[in-house]
Amino acid sequence: MSQQKLTAAFVHALGLTDDKVTDDLTYNTIPEWDSTAHMILIAELEDTFDIMLDTDDIIDMSSVAEAKRILAKYNVQF
Amino acid sequence: MLEQKVILITGANRGIGLTIAQVCTRLGAIVLLAGRNDAQLEIIAEQLGENAIPMAYDIADEEQVKAAFGHIKQHIGRLDGLVNNAGAMQSAPVGMTRIADLRAQLDVNTVATFQHAQLATRLMAKQQSGAIVNLCSIIGEQGSAGQAAYATSKAAVSGMTKAMAKEFAPLGVRINGVAPGFIDTDMTADFTAGQREEILANIGLGRMGNTQDVADLVSFLLSDHASYITGQIIGVDGGMRL
Repeated sequence: MSQQKLTAAFVHALGLTDDKVTDDLTYNTIPEWDSTAHMILIAELEDTFDIMLDTDDIIDMSSVAEAKRILAKYNVQF
Repeated sequence: MLEQKVILITGANRGIGLTIAQVCTRLGAIVLLAGRNDAQLEIIAEQLGENAIPMAYDIADEEQVKAAFGHIKQHIGRLDGLVNNAGAMQSAPVGMTRIADLRAQLDVNTVATFQHAQLATRLMAKQQSGAIVNLCSIIGEQGSAGQAAYATSKAAVSGMTKAMAKEFAPLGVRINGVAPGFIDTDMTADFTAGQREEILANIGLGRMGNTQDVADLVSFLLSDHASYITGQIIGVDGGMRL
Protein backbone atom coordinates (compact mmCIF):
# COMPACT_ATOMS: atom_id res chain seq x y z
CA MET A 1 0.00 0.00 0.00
CA SER A 2 2.78 2.42 0.97
CA GLN A 3 4.70 1.51 -2.18
CA GLN A 4 1.67 2.36 -4.32
CA LYS A 5 1.20 5.65 -2.52
CA LEU A 6 4.89 6.46 -2.92
CA THR A 7 4.82 5.69 -6.63
CA ALA A 8 1.67 7.75 -7.07
CA ALA A 9 3.31 10.69 -5.28
CA PHE A 10 6.36 10.57 -7.58
CA VAL A 11 4.14 10.20 -10.65
CA HIS A 12 1.95 13.12 -9.66
CA ALA A 13 4.73 15.44 -8.48
CA LEU A 14 7.24 14.80 -11.25
CA GLY A 15 4.89 13.99 -14.13
CA LEU A 16 6.38 10.55 -14.73
CA THR A 17 4.85 7.25 -15.74
CA ASP A 18 4.64 4.48 -13.11
CA ASP A 19 7.38 2.38 -14.71
CA LYS A 20 9.94 5.17 -14.29
CA VAL A 21 9.56 5.16 -10.50
CA THR A 22 12.11 2.55 -9.44
CA ASP A 23 14.47 2.47 -6.46
CA ASP A 24 17.29 3.51 -8.77
CA LEU A 25 15.65 6.74 -9.88
CA THR A 26 17.92 9.52 -8.66
CA TYR A 27 17.51 13.26 -8.08
CA ASN A 28 18.84 15.51 -10.84
CA THR A 29 19.45 12.65 -13.31
CA ILE A 30 16.26 13.30 -15.27
CA PRO A 31 14.90 16.70 -16.34
CA GLU A 32 11.63 16.06 -14.48
CA TRP A 33 13.36 15.79 -11.08
CA ASP A 34 15.19 19.09 -10.67
CA SER A 35 15.39 21.32 -7.60
CA THR A 36 12.05 22.99 -8.33
CA ALA A 37 10.27 19.68 -8.83
CA HIS A 38 11.96 18.39 -5.68
CA MET A 39 9.98 20.90 -3.59
CA ILE A 40 6.74 19.83 -5.25
CA LEU A 41 7.68 16.21 -4.55
CA ILE A 42 8.35 17.01 -0.89
CA ALA A 43 4.96 18.69 -0.58
CA GLU A 44 3.31 15.71 -2.26
CA LEU A 45 5.03 13.20 0.05
CA GLU A 46 4.13 15.25 3.12
CA ASP A 47 0.50 15.32 2.04
CA THR A 48 0.38 11.68 1.03
CA PHE A 49 1.84 10.36 4.27
CA ASP A 50 0.63 13.20 6.51
CA ILE A 51 4.08 14.03 7.82
CA MET A 52 6.38 17.05 8.03
CA LEU A 53 9.89 16.31 6.82
CA ASP A 54 12.98 17.78 8.45
CA THR A 55 15.23 19.91 6.25
CA ASP A 56 18.06 17.35 6.58
CA ASP A 57 15.75 14.66 5.22
CA ILE A 58 14.75 16.87 2.28
CA ILE A 59 18.42 17.34 1.48
CA ASP A 60 19.15 13.61 1.83
CA MET A 61 16.22 12.45 -0.32
CA SER A 62 18.36 11.78 -3.37
CA SER A 63 16.61 8.71 -4.80
CA VAL A 64 13.46 6.65 -4.54
CA ALA A 65 15.34 4.11 -2.40
CA GLU A 66 16.53 6.90 -0.12
CA ALA A 67 12.98 8.28 0.07
CA LYS A 68 11.81 4.90 1.41
CA ARG A 69 14.59 4.83 4.00
CA ILE A 70 13.73 8.34 5.16
CA LEU A 71 9.98 7.76 5.19
CA ALA A 72 10.54 4.69 7.38
CA LYS A 73 11.82 7.10 10.05
CA TYR A 74 8.34 8.67 9.99
CA ASN A 75 6.73 5.25 10.57
CA VAL A 76 5.86 4.63 6.93
CA GLN A 77 6.37 0.90 6.36
CA PHE A 78 7.38 -0.57 2.98
CA MET B 1 -9.32 41.79 -2.19
CA LEU B 2 -8.07 39.04 0.15
CA GLU B 3 -11.28 37.04 0.57
CA GLN B 4 -10.68 33.74 2.38
CA LYS B 5 -6.92 33.90 1.90
CA VAL B 6 -5.08 32.42 4.87
CA ILE B 7 -2.28 34.80 5.89
CA LEU B 8 0.30 34.36 8.64
CA ILE B 9 1.60 37.63 10.10
CA THR B 10 4.56 37.64 12.50
CA GLY B 11 4.79 40.32 15.15
CA ALA B 12 1.06 40.89 14.83
CA ASN B 13 0.55 42.10 18.38
CA ARG B 14 1.58 45.72 17.82
CA GLY B 15 2.80 48.43 15.45
CA ILE B 16 3.00 47.68 11.75
CA GLY B 17 2.08 43.99 12.24
CA LEU B 18 -1.11 44.83 14.08
CA THR B 19 -2.21 47.30 11.39
CA ILE B 20 -1.43 44.74 8.68
CA ALA B 21 -3.64 42.25 10.54
CA GLN B 22 -6.44 44.81 10.79
CA VAL B 23 -6.24 45.71 7.09
CA CYS B 24 -6.08 42.07 5.98
CA THR B 25 -9.13 41.05 8.03
CA ARG B 26 -11.02 44.07 6.71
CA LEU B 27 -10.21 42.85 3.19
CA GLY B 28 -11.62 39.40 3.93
CA ALA B 29 -8.57 37.37 4.88
CA ILE B 30 -8.25 34.76 7.60
CA VAL B 31 -5.26 35.97 9.59
CA LEU B 32 -2.98 33.90 11.79
CA LEU B 33 -1.51 36.22 14.39
CA ALA B 34 2.00 35.18 15.40
CA GLY B 35 3.73 36.61 18.44
CA ARG B 36 5.09 35.69 21.84
CA ASN B 37 2.46 37.28 24.07
CA ASP B 38 -0.42 34.81 24.16
CA ALA B 39 -2.75 36.97 26.26
CA GLN B 40 -2.23 40.02 24.04
CA LEU B 41 -2.82 37.99 20.87
CA GLU B 42 -6.04 36.57 22.31
CA ILE B 43 -7.34 40.10 22.95
CA ILE B 44 -6.40 41.25 19.45
CA ALA B 45 -7.99 38.18 17.88
CA GLU B 46 -11.17 38.87 19.77
CA GLN B 47 -11.17 42.47 18.53
CA LEU B 48 -10.56 41.41 14.92
CA GLY B 49 -13.34 38.82 14.92
CA GLU B 50 -13.75 35.20 13.96
CA ASN B 51 -11.31 35.37 11.05
CA ALA B 52 -8.35 36.07 13.35
CA ILE B 53 -6.54 33.15 14.98
CA PRO B 54 -3.84 33.72 17.62
CA MET B 55 -0.68 31.60 17.38
CA ALA B 56 1.68 32.21 20.29
CA TYR B 57 5.25 31.10 19.65
CA ASP B 58 8.78 32.48 19.59
CA ILE B 59 9.62 33.23 15.94
CA ALA B 60 13.34 32.91 16.70
CA ASP B 61 13.02 29.40 18.14
CA GLU B 62 13.57 26.90 15.33
CA GLU B 63 11.55 24.10 16.91
CA GLN B 64 8.64 26.34 17.87
CA VAL B 65 8.47 27.65 14.29
CA LYS B 66 8.40 24.10 12.91
CA ALA B 67 5.63 23.21 15.34
CA ALA B 68 3.64 26.29 14.30
CA PHE B 69 3.82 25.34 10.63
CA GLY B 70 2.94 21.74 11.51
CA HIS B 71 -0.14 23.12 13.21
CA ILE B 72 -1.08 25.19 10.14
CA LYS B 73 -0.60 22.19 7.85
CA GLN B 74 -2.61 19.88 10.06
CA HIS B 75 -5.47 22.16 11.08
CA ILE B 76 -5.84 24.59 8.17
CA GLY B 77 -4.13 22.75 5.35
CA ARG B 78 -3.10 25.76 3.31
CA LEU B 79 -1.27 29.08 3.46
CA ASP B 80 -1.85 31.82 0.89
CA GLY B 81 0.25 34.56 2.41
CA LEU B 82 3.07 35.17 4.84
CA VAL B 83 4.14 38.53 6.21
CA ASN B 84 7.56 38.42 7.86
CA ASN B 85 7.05 41.50 9.94
CA ALA B 86 8.50 40.83 13.41
CA GLY B 87 11.77 42.63 13.92
CA ALA B 88 14.31 43.81 16.44
CA MET B 89 16.32 47.03 16.27
CA GLN B 90 19.23 48.00 18.50
CA SER B 91 21.07 51.16 17.52
CA ALA B 92 24.75 51.51 18.44
CA PRO B 93 27.99 52.62 16.79
CA VAL B 94 30.03 49.77 15.34
CA GLY B 95 32.63 49.99 18.08
CA MET B 96 29.95 49.68 20.75
CA THR B 97 28.01 46.82 19.21
CA ARG B 98 28.39 43.51 21.02
CA ILE B 99 28.59 40.52 18.70
CA ALA B 100 25.83 38.98 20.82
CA ASP B 101 23.61 41.97 19.94
CA LEU B 102 24.43 41.58 16.24
CA ARG B 103 23.53 37.89 16.44
CA ALA B 104 20.30 38.63 18.29
CA GLN B 105 19.17 40.96 15.48
CA LEU B 106 20.23 38.47 12.84
CA ASP B 107 18.23 35.74 14.61
CA VAL B 108 15.01 37.72 14.66
CA ASN B 109 15.28 39.81 11.50
CA THR B 110 17.09 37.43 9.17
CA VAL B 111 17.14 33.80 10.31
CA ALA B 112 13.51 33.75 11.48
CA THR B 113 12.44 35.37 8.21
CA PHE B 114 14.37 32.73 6.27
CA GLN B 115 12.88 29.84 8.22
CA HIS B 116 9.32 31.15 7.94
CA ALA B 117 9.74 31.58 4.18
CA GLN B 118 11.33 28.13 3.91
CA LEU B 119 8.38 26.45 5.60
CA ALA B 120 5.73 28.63 3.97
CA THR B 121 7.02 27.84 0.49
CA ARG B 122 6.66 24.14 1.28
CA LEU B 123 2.92 24.66 1.77
CA MET B 124 2.69 27.04 -1.17
CA ALA B 125 4.63 24.70 -3.48
CA LYS B 126 1.84 22.18 -3.16
CA GLN B 127 -0.76 24.82 -4.06
CA GLN B 128 1.51 26.34 -6.74
CA SER B 129 0.47 29.74 -5.48
CA GLY B 130 1.13 32.13 -2.62
CA ALA B 131 2.65 35.46 -1.71
CA ILE B 132 5.30 36.35 0.83
CA VAL B 133 6.05 39.89 1.93
CA ASN B 134 9.22 40.52 3.90
CA LEU B 135 9.64 43.68 5.95
CA CYS B 136 12.97 45.11 4.84
CA SER B 137 14.08 48.63 5.78
CA ILE B 138 15.37 51.83 4.26
CA ILE B 139 18.30 51.32 6.66
CA GLY B 140 19.16 48.02 4.98
CA GLU B 141 18.82 49.65 1.55
CA GLN B 142 20.74 52.87 2.17
CA GLY B 143 22.71 52.31 5.39
CA SER B 144 22.57 54.52 8.45
CA ALA B 145 25.38 55.60 10.78
CA GLY B 146 24.96 54.01 14.19
CA GLN B 147 22.81 51.18 12.93
CA ALA B 148 25.27 48.84 11.20
CA ALA B 149 24.04 45.68 12.92
CA TYR B 150 20.41 46.40 12.09
CA ALA B 151 21.37 47.39 8.53
CA THR B 152 23.27 44.11 8.17
CA SER B 153 20.26 42.06 9.23
CA LYS B 154 17.83 43.96 6.98
CA ALA B 155 20.09 44.09 3.90
CA ALA B 156 20.25 40.31 4.20
CA VAL B 157 16.45 40.20 4.07
CA SER B 158 16.50 42.21 0.83
CA GLY B 159 18.99 39.78 -0.74
CA MET B 160 17.00 36.82 0.50
CA THR B 161 13.82 38.27 -0.98
CA LYS B 162 15.34 38.66 -4.44
CA ALA B 163 16.95 35.20 -4.41
CA MET B 164 13.85 33.40 -3.14
CA ALA B 165 11.66 35.24 -5.64
CA LYS B 166 13.74 33.77 -8.47
CA GLU B 167 13.73 30.30 -6.95
CA PHE B 168 9.98 30.13 -6.34
CA ALA B 169 8.64 32.00 -9.36
CA PRO B 170 8.40 28.72 -11.34
CA LEU B 171 6.10 27.43 -8.59
CA GLY B 172 3.80 30.44 -8.78
CA VAL B 173 4.93 31.85 -5.43
CA ARG B 174 5.64 35.59 -5.35
CA ILE B 175 8.09 37.09 -2.85
CA ASN B 176 8.49 40.81 -2.35
CA GLY B 177 9.97 43.18 0.20
CA VAL B 178 8.63 46.39 1.68
CA ALA B 179 11.20 48.86 2.95
CA PRO B 180 9.65 51.36 5.37
CA GLY B 181 11.34 54.66 6.09
CA PHE B 182 10.62 56.49 9.35
CA ILE B 183 7.36 55.00 10.63
CA ASP B 184 5.89 56.21 13.90
CA THR B 185 5.79 53.05 16.07
CA ASP B 186 7.09 51.75 19.43
CA MET B 187 10.36 51.01 17.67
CA THR B 188 10.96 54.70 17.02
CA ALA B 189 9.28 56.02 20.18
CA ASP B 190 12.56 56.74 21.95
CA PHE B 191 13.83 59.11 19.24
CA THR B 192 14.36 62.60 20.69
CA ALA B 193 12.58 65.67 19.32
CA GLY B 194 15.87 66.79 17.82
CA GLN B 195 16.38 63.45 16.07
CA ARG B 196 12.83 63.58 14.72
CA GLU B 197 13.34 67.09 13.33
CA GLU B 198 16.55 66.02 11.65
CA ILE B 199 14.83 63.03 10.09
CA LEU B 200 11.82 65.06 8.93
CA ALA B 201 14.14 67.44 7.09
CA ASN B 202 15.18 64.50 4.92
CA ILE B 203 11.68 63.26 4.07
CA GLY B 204 10.46 64.64 0.75
CA LEU B 205 6.78 64.43 1.66
CA GLY B 206 7.45 66.26 4.92
CA ARG B 207 5.82 63.85 7.35
CA MET B 208 6.57 60.68 9.22
CA GLY B 209 4.98 57.53 7.90
CA ASN B 210 2.30 55.65 9.78
CA THR B 211 1.53 51.98 10.05
CA GLN B 212 -1.38 52.28 7.63
CA ASP B 213 0.98 53.49 4.89
CA VAL B 214 2.92 50.23 5.21
CA ALA B 215 -0.09 47.95 5.70
CA ASP B 216 -1.76 49.25 2.52
CA LEU B 217 1.24 48.26 0.42
CA VAL B 218 1.66 44.90 2.16
CA SER B 219 -2.01 43.99 1.63
CA PHE B 220 -1.75 44.97 -2.04
CA LEU B 221 1.32 42.74 -2.51
CA LEU B 222 -0.52 39.84 -0.86
CA SER B 223 -3.48 40.24 -3.19
CA ASP B 224 -4.05 39.02 -6.72
CA HIS B 225 -3.84 42.67 -7.86
CA ALA B 226 -0.06 42.20 -7.53
CA SER B 227 -0.01 38.91 -9.44
CA TYR B 228 2.75 40.08 -11.83
CA ILE B 229 5.02 41.55 -9.15
CA THR B 230 7.81 39.51 -7.58
CA GLY B 231 11.39 40.04 -6.44
CA GLN B 232 10.85 43.75 -5.70
CA ILE B 233 11.89 45.80 -2.69
CA ILE B 234 9.44 48.68 -2.57
CA GLY B 235 10.09 51.70 -0.36
CA VAL B 236 7.37 53.26 1.81
CA ASP B 237 9.41 56.23 2.92
CA GLY B 238 7.88 59.46 1.64
CA GLY B 239 10.96 60.06 -0.47
CA MET B 240 13.35 59.83 2.47
CA ARG B 241 17.14 60.14 2.14
CA LEU B 242 19.57 58.88 4.77
